[in-house]
Amino acid sequence: MSTAWTPAEQPDSFVFDSASEAEIAGVLSKYPEERKASAVMPLLYIAQRQMGRVTGSAWVPVVAMDVIAQRLGMAAMRVYEVASFYTMFNTRPIGRYHLQVCTTTPCWLRGSDDVVEACQKATGIQHFGETSADGLFTMTEVECLGACANAPILQVDDDFYEDMNAERTAQVIAELRAGRRPTPGPMIDRNVSAPEGGRKTLLSSSTADQE
Amino acid sequence: MVRVIVDGTPVDVPPGSSALQACEAAGKEIPRFCYHERLSVAGNCRMCLVEVARAPKPVASCGFPVADGMQIFTDTEVVRRARRAVMEFLLINHPLDCPICDQGGECDLQDQAYGYGSGVSRYKEDKRAVTDKDLGPLVKTVMTRCIQCTRCVRFSTEVAGTPELGLVSRGENAEITTYVEKALTSELSGNLIDVCPVGALTAKPSAFHARSWEYKKTDSIDVMDALGTNIQVQARGGEVMRIVPRVNDDVNEEWLSDKGRFSIDGLKRKRLDRPWVRVHGKISSVSWKDALIALARRFDGVPGDRIGAIAGDLCDAESLCAIKDLLQSLGSSNLDCRQDGAWYDTSARAGYLFNSDISGIDQADALLLVGTMPRHEAPVLNARIRKRFVDAGRGGFPIGMIGTPSADMTYDVTVLGNGPDVLADILSGKNAFAEVLQNAKNPMIIVGHSALTRRDAPAIYAACRELAHACGAVTPEWQGLNILHTAASRVGALDLGFLPGPHGCDAASMLRGGVEILWLLGADDVQLDRIPPETFVVYLGHHGDAAAQRADIILPGAAYTEKPGTYVNTAGRVQRAFRAVFAPGEAREDWRIIRAFSEVLGHTLPYDTLEQLRAHMAQVNPVFAMNGGSVQRLAGTTGGQAAPASGQAGELMPAPFRPVIQDYYQTNVISRASQTMAECSKVYGVAPAVAAE
Repeated sequence: MSTAWTPAEQPDSFVFDSASEAEIAGVLSKYPEERKASAVMPLLYIAQRQMGRVTGSAWVPVVAMDVIAQRLGMAAMRVYEVASFYTMFNTRPIGRYHLQVCTTTPCWLRGSDDVVEACQKATGIQHFGETSADGLFTMTEVECLGACANAPILQVDDDFYEDMNAERTAQVIAELRAGRRPTPGPMIDRNVSAPEGGRKTLLSSSTADQE
Repeated sequence: MVRVIVDGTPVDVPPGSSALQACEAAGKEIPRFCYHERLSVAGNCRMCLVEVARAPKPVASCGFPVADGMQIFTDTEVVRRARRAVMEFLLINHPLDCPICDQGGECDLQDQAYGYGSGVSRYKEDKRAVTDKDLGPLVKTVMTRCIQCTRCVRFSTEVAGTPELGLVSRGENAEITTYVEKALTSELSGNLIDVCPVGALTAKPSAFHARSWEYKKTDSIDVMDALGTNIQVQARGGEVMRIVPRVNDDVNEEWLSDKGRFSIDGLKRKRLDRPWVRVHGKISSVSWKDALIALARRFDGVPGDRIGAIAGDLCDAESLCAIKDLLQSLGSSNLDCRQDGAWYDTSARAGYLFNSDISGIDQADALLLVGTMPRHEAPVLNARIRKRFVDAGRGGFPIGMIGTPSADMTYDVTVLGNGPDVLADILSGKNAFAEVLQNAKNPMIIVGHSALTRRDAPAIYAACRELAHACGAVTPEWQGLNILHTAASRVGALDLGFLPGPHGCDAASMLRGGVEILWLLGADDVQLDRIPPETFVVYLGHHGDAAAQRADIILPGAAYTEKPGTYVNTAGRVQRAFRAVFAPGEAREDWRIIRAFSEVLGHTLPYDTLEQLRAHMAQVNPVFAMNGGSVQRLAGTTGGQAAPASGQAGELMPAPFRPVIQDYYQTNVISRASQTMAECSKVYGVAPAVAAE
C-alpha cells in the first residue's frame, strides 16, 4: 500500500512572505486569541498558495506545518493530521498546474472519462496522482465538486472549467502550457448554469403577458 | 443521582455518566476498544453498542449520556448482531497472526472475537497493509494490526503531554504515526503498550520472549523513583520477563515510568553472585563463611565510632533497619542515607514528606516548583500534575518554577527565576507569583533535590516553609508543602532514623576518612574517589557498579525483585513488595546477610525471621506497623508548628539550581546495567547539563 502521507523531499525552511502575512493577519482577526488554532486550515492554504507562488508547486512541506503549529500554539502533530486528512492540501510536491478531474457519477455520466483521457493525452500522465515529465501538470481524481449542473468539471488549481469534453480539455491544457489561464467558468455558450444559447423561458415581459 | 434501568436492573449513577458507566455500575460488561477510563471518549470503535429504549438504532454507550429513567439493554439480539457486525469490520483488515503476536493471550480483540467474531470471513479482497513505524527503542509497532482506536494518540496527548502520535490521512489510508518518523520522547511511552488493545504497540525489548500466560505474577513496588509505583513483576523460570503497573489511584493511577518498566534487563547483567574479598589488592571469590569471618576479623578491635554506613537509593527498609541495629550495637552512630548530601528537616515527619499525598495534586489550584524537575524525577507524578493542569482548564492551575527546566515540562510553567533569591522576592511580594499563591485555596509547593542538595538547603527550606505558612499552604485541612524525593529508599531510611547520631559522621565526612570501616549498603552514587586508601570498604549490594570496584569485601545482596521488602514512598506511604524470583548464585536477601554477620561478630541481632524484623521496625517507628499488608499512609503534622524565621537557617545563595538528574535513563545501578536504558540514553541524549549555566 502506498503511504500517501510519506513526506517527500522537504525544504529546509519555510517563512511566510509579506503577502501571506497580510492574509494571515486577516484570518487570525476572525478568531479569539485563545482559539487561534481554528485558523489552521486557512493558514495551511495560505502556505500552500505561497509555495505555488514562489516555487511553482503548490504544496505544504513539513517545515511549513511546523511553522503554522508554532504560530497557532498547537502541537505539530495536530497540523499534520489536518493537512493529511484533506485532499486539497498537497503534502508532496505537485506540478505547476493541478488538474483535478471530477469523476463522480454526474460528471462521469456526462463524459468525465473523456476528460481524463484528454488530460492523459495532452500531458503524458498515465495515472491519477502522477506529475507530467515536464513538471507542469499533476492530474488527480477528485470527488464531487458540487457543480453537477455544469458536468463534467475540470478544476485547475482554484478555478472550475465547466462543461468539458475532450476537445475543450485539450484547449485548456494547451493554453496553460502556453502560460495563459483561460477564463474559468462554462466552456460553452452559456451563463453559469443557465441554458446553452441563452434563456429558454420567461422570454416575454410580464406586462406583455397580461395584454 | 440519575436512575437508569440496565437490563431491568435499576442503578443510580451520577449525572453526566455515560451509558457504559451505568452498565458497568449494574455489573454488565460492555466490550470496548477505544474507550479507556482515563482517556477522553473517542467513540470510534463502535464495539460498545447497546440498545436504548425509544432510540431508533443501537447507540455507542461510551459517549451516550444517561438520562433519568433511561432503559438500556445490553444483551438483546439487536445488540449482539450489531456487535458482530462491528467485529466483522474490525477483523476485515486485521491480520490473523495471533500465533506470532506478542499480545496473544492478553489481547482485547482476541478475547472479544471469541464472543462476537464469526468463524468464517466473508471478505475475499486484499487486506490493507500498513508500514511499521519506528517509535524508538521501547515501543515496537506492527501497524497492520492497528484497529485505529486512537487510545495511543489520546494517551500521548492527554496523559503524557507529548503530542507526537496522530491519526493521519483518512479512510482506508488512515494510519497512526508520528508523521516525521521520530522516537517518542515521553518517559511514559511504555504505557502505550498497555493501553493498546491489540498487538499494534508491543514492548520492543521483550519482543517474542514469552507468552502472557507463562508468567508467574508477583506484586511489587517500583524503586526507580521515589513515587512507589505499584507494579506487578512477571517472571518465568526465575527470570524477570516483564514489569507492568498495578492500579492504585492514590499513587500511580495505572501508569508506570519507562525506567521502571524497561530496566529489567539490568537485573541480569553485572550482577554480584558470590562474595568477594580483596587480599593484597587482588580480589578473589570466597565462600560466605570465609567472607563473613574475614569481615568479622577486620571489625575486631575497631572502635564503634570508627565504623560507618551509607545507604543507597534502592534499599528496602528491612536491610536499613538491620544495618542500623548492627552499627548501633557496635556503638556507632555513623549512619547516613543521604548519599547525595541532601538536607532535610527531620524534626517532624512532615519535614521530609510529600505531605499533600500524590492524590492531593488533584485538589491543588496553584503550584510552585522549587528546584525540581518532576518529569525526570518522577514521570508518573509529572503526569498527575499535567492531569490537574488539563482538568483545571485554561489558567485554572498556574504553575511557577524556580530553576531552569531541562526538558519540556508537558504543561505551561512560568519560570520565575533560576536561583533561590526568587523565593525571597515571592516572600516579600515583589514577585507577581506571590499573589497567585495568595489567591489560591490549596496552594502547593514542591521542593526538590536541586534545592535540598545545596549548602543553603536549610535556608531554602525555611523560606519555602515561611512562604507556605504565609500563603495558607499549611492549614489543618490542607498540607501543601511537599518534598519530592528521588530515591526509593530515602523516606523509609529517614523514618528509621538512618541519620548520623549526635556525634556521628555524615556521608561526606565518612567518605573523607572519618571512619576506618565504611559499609556501603548499595551506595554507588557517592564520591568514591574521595575515600582514602586506608579506609576498609564493605559493599553490600547487587550490582558490580562503581562501589564494588572500590570495595575491599563484597557481599552479594538481592535486587528489589528478589526480596520481600518494605518501601516508603515520597508521600510517606508504606508499601510492601514481595519476592518475585530468587537472587542469582549465592546472593542472599540483604537483611539476612547482616543478621548472619551479626552472629559471626558476636552481636546477634534480635530477630530471626522477617516477621520479627518487621515487628522490630514497627517498634522503631509505628509507621511500619502495617496490618494485613494494607498500604497505610500516616501523614506528618505541620499544622500546629510555627514557621521559623528564615534568618536562623542561614543565608540564601544566589547560585542557580542545577538539575539533579542529568540523564533520566541512567540513574541507578540497575538502569546503568540495562542495555535497553543505555540505548534510550543514546537515542534521547543526555539532558543538556549546561542548561543551568
